[in-house]
Amino acid sequence: MEVIQLHYDVNANDFTCAGEASGKLKRELKRLGFEPDVVRRTAIAVYEAEINMVIHADGGAIDASISPECITVVLKDRGPGIPDVSLAMREGYSTAPENVRNLGFGAGMGLPNIKKYSDKVDIDTVIGEGTTITLRINTAPAEN
Amino acid sequence: MDTVFHSVSLDKEKCLGCMNCIKRCPTQAIRVRHGKATIISERCIDCGECIRICPHHAKSAKSDPLAIIEGYKYKIALPAPSLYGQFNNLTDVNYVLSAFIELGFDYVFEVARGAEMISDATRKLLKSNSLKKPVISSACPAVCRLIRVSYPDLIDNILTLNTPMDESAHLARKEAVERTGLAPEDIGIFFITPCPAKITSIKSPLGFSKSEVNGAIAINEIYPQLLNKMEHLNELKTLEQAGKIGVGWASSGGEAAGSMCERYIAADGIENVIKILEEVENEKLNNIDFIELNACTGGCVGGCLQVSNNFVAKTRLKTLRKYLPVSVNRLDTDEIPDEMCWDEKLEPLSVLKLADNVTDAMKLMNQVSEMVRNFPGLDCGTCGAPTCRALAEDIVRGYASIDHCIFRLKDEMKSNDMSPSELEKIIPVPFRGEIDEEKLKWT
Repeated sequence: MEVIQLHYDVNANDFTCAGEASGKLKRELKRLGFEPDVVRRTAIAVYEAEINMVIHADGGAIDASISPECITVVLKDRGPGIPDVSLAMREGYSTAPENVRNLGFGAGMGLPNIKKYSDKVDIDTVIGEGTTITLRINTAPAEN
Repeated sequence: MDTVFHSVSLDKEKCLGCMNCIKRCPTQAIRVRHGKATIISERCIDCGECIRICPHHAKSAKSDPLAIIEGYKYKIALPAPSLYGQFNNLTDVNYVLSAFIELGFDYVFEVARGAEMISDATRKLLKSNSLKKPVISSACPAVCRLIRVSYPDLIDNILTLNTPMDESAHLARKEAVERTGLAPEDIGIFFITPCPAKITSIKSPLGFSKSEVNGAIAINEIYPQLLNKMEHLNELKTLEQAGKIGVGWASSGGEAAGSMCERYIAADGIENVIKILEEVENEKLNNIDFIELNACTGGCVGGCLQVSNNFVAKTRLKTLRKYLPVSVNRLDTDEIPDEMCWDEKLEPLSVLKLADNVTDAMKLMNQVSEMVRNFPGLDCGTCGAPTCRALAEDIVRGYASIDHCIFRLKDEMKSNDMSPSELEKIIPVPFRGEIDEEKLKWT
């Protein structure tokens, strides 16, 4: 079965490049001809996770694995970890610092949006070591 | 929907085959082959960026000559509001409008009037809360075409109302039939256009099957004759029928201001339009009600068929608008007439995908990635494609071959008997390694 592996590095605290990786991934998915809804959901979920990496962790790496049936994206950082995942999942809850909020980020919709737009999310987080988010988006039937 | 017609066209005689247009095109629709640019028809959105950038004026817009009006019994000019910004010290729009009458038109219907009607309808629709937010303006056809090609999931955000041009044409014909008693087909309606995108949407309309406009005359073509008539006007008639809001549509922000909503964005210039569409796609602008997007910098005053600098034109319009009433044209009822709305759904044009099904596309994508790894990544354009990635996609689609990349060609030539420094000279100077005998300045 055909699989496409894509890798992107995300830099810490680099707001000018924030969203670049998810933007690139989105363009690839459009080129592959996935349904607009699949492209949109993937792009938003990965964008949110990418921004989280920029804001909260010291950057990280994104690995996407694309097959006709599903898109799996692993976002791995070596940041501080999430102390209370269920709290972080709550809409509007944010620990983003003031300077980041002033840029328009930190609305507390990051993790809720990742969950909302993905078909499956795993959050593996260890305090002081880092967080790995694995999200999966099921695609529409591959045949037209 | 007809997607074949484009008003942007190429004069092969003038084209030198340089790299300017392939780099500028927002949909990567141009390649250079055999010393000439070629436009990939289904990708072109008629934005006019290539016309603007071509140093040899090889790209132009197919517009109609003034003589086209002679084919009709009753001739109506439809000047775009941005036309008013093309004249220095103009204090009264009637000078421009009267000049059209002396050029042989029977009537002038300002597109600013249609614009005010669309503004009124937009206000009503925004108030009704029945639209998918953020609402994206449909006024710039190049933007609508860009959405269709590159952002198909945003089609449902587009405001499905006529452009001011089409609305004006519709109203002008209706009025003229009532006024003259002539048959609708005896009435010729001609848009005085600032851009090629509008010309294209007359021949292949977006959102409805047939345009009421019979032809398009480019502002830069009619300008000298118009100016001449304005300077030697026989009679200054009072023809003006639009206000600040209608004329305001000429510049970026004018349409948005006319929508009277607080949370709006007005972005202009194709690269800014793209940035905003990306943000909408990422749902970052869900708190915004209305988005006005213009492919040209400054809005329609920046159209590539204008004669004046867009910033100068904008300032002139500001002065001109000062003395106008706020708005003169409104809908009679709260209902939005059907004729004002699109009657066809805009269908996505998936010209960027690599294959018709995902599995095939994935195979090609893997080939593309492999190729891109072996290309230099300089996006030098010497292969005729705008980027290394674009060349790789062309190759897997069967439109190019790997030796179109001069660096890969050099690799293939290693086996023959050229010396390494001779071989290096195949490569254009900026990308060439150091060669002993070559003494270049600035190194």
